[in-house]
Amino acid sequence: MNYDRYINPAIAAVPPSGIRRFFDMASTMKDAISLGVGEPDFKTPYHIRNAAINSIVDGETQYTANRGLPELRKEISIYLSGRFCTDYRPEDQILVTIGASEAIDIALRALLSPGDEVLVPEPSYVSYAPGVIFAGGTPVGVPTREEHSFRLQPEDLEACITPRTKLLILPYPNNPTGGIMEKQDLEAIAPVIRKHQLIVISDEIYAELVYDGHRHVSVAAVDDLYPYVVTINGFSKAFAMTGWRVGYICGAPELIAVMNKIHQYSIMCAPRQGQVAAYEALKTGRENGYEDVERMRESYDQRRRLMVSAFRGMGLSCFEPYGAFYVFPSIVSTGLSSEEFCGRLLKEKNVAAVPGNAFGACGEGFIRCCYATAIDKLNIALDRIAEFVRENT
Amino acid sequence: MTKLETSLLNLLKEDCRIPLEKMAVMTGARIEEVADAITDMEKRRIILRYSPMINWDLTDRERVEAMIEVRVTPQRDMGFDAVAKRIYRFDEVKSVYLMSGSYDLLVLVEARTLKDLAMFVASKLSTLETVTGTATSFVLKRYKEEGVVFDGDESDHRLVISP
Repeated sequence: MNYDRYINPAIAAVPPSGIRRFFDMASTMKDAISLGVGEPDFKTPYHIRNAAINSIVDGETQYTANRGLPELRKEISIYLSGRFCTDYRPEDQILVTIGASEAIDIALRALLSPGDEVLVPEPSYVSYAPGVIFAGGTPVGVPTREEHSFRLQPEDLEACITPRTKLLILPYPNNPTGGIMEKQDLEAIAPVIRKHQLIVISDEIYAELVYDGHRHVSVAAVDDLYPYVVTINGFSKAFAMTGWRVGYICGAPELIAVMNKIHQYSIMCAPRQGQVAAYEALKTGRENGYEDVERMRESYDQRRRLMVSAFRGMGLSCFEPYGAFYVFPSIVSTGLSSEEFCGRLLKEKNVAAVPGNAFGACGEGFIRCCYATAIDKLNIALDRIAEFVRENT
Repeated sequence: MTKLETSLLNLLKEDCRIPLEKMAVMTGARIEEVADAITDMEKRRIILRYSPMINWDLTDRERVEAMIEVRVTPQRDMGFDAVAKRIYRFDEVKSVYLMSGSYDLLVLVEARTLKDLAMFVASKLSTLETVTGTATSFVLKRYKEEGVVFDGDESDHRLVISP
């Protein structure tokens, strides 16, 4: 049977993720060292896992409130206010979602009408542009560049605005570049946001993973931008909880109410045990000064320095990433495209990295390497990449 | 302790063969600073030695271990220190701890055979005049030591490539 006429052409037209092909290739390679992962190498701290185990043993197997467990929302409120100076009421400004991914999806669906344009800085996480299309909108890539440390520039933002522009996705700390936006960078784009009355969807999933004396600044805490911003965060990266799928979205009560409408009809609620685990993560973190987060951050930071130094030692240009757990070196000097580089690196040296163009056209010429991997493996991978670069320059 | 010292100890605890240059890169300090900090911690006896963690169960070396709870009479002016010293000087003794609770010293002992170990307790440990009683428990299996899991599956379950 030919199903073509049944399939929504708008969805069929969205190309599969550029990462997919590398995943298929890398999965067949035996003993490849992967720098292509996008999640922590730590396991969820045991006290968090144990809280979920106890919850199952105690028979807590029911739905939760649509917006999430009240005690979790309260902890999220305290956490955001204490860590990032953003105040959201647990009752009507916070919605617990299935990972930050659901938060992005319902934010776009709640806000977009057909033809609305959404500004998506590039390079960035692969799901934003397809998410916009699935919600009936039109993604418009805003380039960011290495010479600006991949920070969004007001003139680039301004240049992409049309009468149909409605939203700006602000993905910092950034996957794949590791770039961050500091307070002055956010202040610089604030006039553009105000002038064009944009709603900013700020994806701050890597907010805790910022290094070298820098601290993450929430755009909602800058100047008078608070009413323009919906903030998305979650537990995956900071607490090593990717598989639990718990995130949240916060913003004006009117906006959260609309998102909650989609959430309650299509999802009902995030899984209870994930929420229980998330509650334990925040409550214990508040009591012990976020010991787990700090421990993991120090370990990432050590590996981050190792990676940057190694890539520069190979003669590649590598801007210093202050956030997330990726480095994004330029491979232009090898004369290879980023896909050729990664394809051959995998085949010839058994090391997997992700070509930069998977994250948008202006990622061409770069590769994303994740340093959330054991140091001994990182060292082997770096030696092999160095060998590969020597053979190709 | 400085932040650098803490970071270095955490790195060395995981792998004491990391070259100085790498430790310098990873902590953001200069090589000389790292070298000085380590030498200084050795002098202060914060770092006592650099030794590998060995899973002897996978070797063919015969070996029996026991934990012995020891009750002693503390000595005037010396407390428990003098008797602890008498005990830890035996080659068979790997570790000695002063404990709170129903006994005084916990002694970890290693010997080649069960008989050797029993003989150590009977003829060397129990006969010390300040020792008033012992209770010996043999180690059957080692699951985790110094944060290292010996028998678990700690493999990487992550997708090879993810966005």
